[in-house]
Amino acid sequence: MSETKPKIVKWDMHLPYRWSAGIVGTRWLEELKNGRIMGTRCPKCKRVLVPARKFCPRCFVDTTEWVQVGDKGTLRTYTIVNFNFTDQVKNPPYIVGIIDLDGADVSFTHFIGEVDLSNIEKASKELRLGMRVQAVWKPPEKREGNIFDIEYFKPIKEE
Amino acid sequence: MGKVAVVGVTQTKHGAPYTSNETVRNLVYEVVKELFDETGLTRDEVDTIVTSSSDFWQGMGCSNVFYYDAAGAYLKDSPKVEEDSALAFIYACMRILSGHFDAALVVSVTKCSEIPSIIDLTGIYFDPFYLRWFGLNEFSVAALQAQLYMNKYGVSDELRANVTVKNLRNALNNPYAHRRMSLTVEDVLNSKIVSYPLRKLECSEGSDGACAILLTSEEKAKKFTDTPVWVKGIGWSVDHYFVGDRNLLEVSSLKNAAKMAYKMAKVTYPRKQIDVAEICEPSTIQEILWYEKLGFCGEGEGGKILDEGITEMGGELPVNPSGQMLKQL
Repeated sequence: MSETKPKIVKWDMHLPYRWSAGIVGTRWLEELKNGRIMGTRCPKCKRVLVPARKFCPRCFVDTTEWVQVGDKGTLRTYTIVNFNFTDQVKNPPYIVGIIDLDGADVSFTHFIGEVDLSNIEKASKELRLGMRVQAVWKPPEKREGNIFDIEYFKPIKEE
Repeated sequence: MGKVAVVGVTQTKHGAPYTSNETVRNLVYEVVKELFDETGLTRDEVDTIVTSSSDFWQGMGCSNVFYYDAAGAYLKDSPKVEEDSALAFIYACMRILSGHFDAALVVSVTKCSEIPSIIDLTGIYFDPFYLRWFGLNEFSVAALQAQLYMNKYGVSDELRANVTVKNLRNALNNPYAHRRMSLTVEDVLNSKIVSYPLRKLECSEGSDGACAILLTSEEKAKKFTDTPVWVKGIGWSVDHYFVGDRNLLEVSSLKNAAKMAYKMAKVTYPRKQIDVAEICEPSTIQEILWYEKLGFCGEGEGGKILDEGITEMGGELPVNPSGQMLKQL
């Protein structure tokens, strides 16, 4: 029995999903076209949540107010992604940052760009947690109302 | 909490070399049959069979349909927990505790060697609106955690590498282990960066295997063994969905879960009262962080207790003697 090499059956399916971004999600994405990063404020804990939410998951109440937050912020943490996956939008290596946007109470996830990544170890020396970063927007006519209307965040040299 | 006994456990050897000759269905049959043979349990005596597998990892919808009668479940009560076999175990415990079930079988199966790619599958745990396209998955999020940890406590990469070295050394004594090899700190640090600062030999690649556990009520346990293992406490807790909403260093969810389990089990000083721990570490940094959140040491001391050999075999509190997930490099 053990000499029998098992037959391998293969399958490859294309799965074209269509997701509604919801009312709050749609408004948030549309505001990106206007060059604005919006949050919603929880009436109870007063935290400004970004991306905008319909509700505060801690207080479990509806958010009541839309607030524009800064497109500048502080880098809380980052990683340099060096692996491939299906439908990847950027060729690795690239940096993903967790960013505390000015005026927001939770962190935002996006790319960090304009850093030389030809040597990952060397790049890691240039990046430091707590450094200031700023959004680099697509030109207005090219914005599509998606997360990549912000191309990436770049380190701010001087403020 | 009431009493639940673990009276029997069987598992396949882990990894494709051992499992490639069989389907998921037949692997399940093998472990369940072996458990019946070892314990003397008959199919009639089993009240419920709680299974766990993942539909999209198996590539079949309602993945248990493919194997539930192979688990002995024909015309039986057989719920399935998607993906998380730890929850299947808890589910089975609850059934025993309800008083309506005396013997519950927990069965879990997966074959990572048959999936498209772990990174593709764990990547789609994130939504397509805000997060998916960045490449967040269990490695890159662990890397974000690692950066915070290294930055706060100023610990070195070597310290994380020690986790891989320890767990692979432990796996050498595990006859079921996927990988059985010795690695040095240099091997780990010289392996390719997966998601900086984590390297290939710091990230578990997943494995193949099946296992079956027999749980019984206190009364029923006597029939099978004089020395059952008792489930003394259970806790679980979840954090926010958005990575940016979580405090990645605080890991409040694990702290909460541990607190719940310790309270039930009357554990007040984990390091003294717990003899051995198996904790899930998809990557090296997590084992160090989890030591702290589980109260094995103070905040920022995870690397220190590893360095001091406290969590080594023969140490005060051996952690992951099986080799845990990192044996699946």
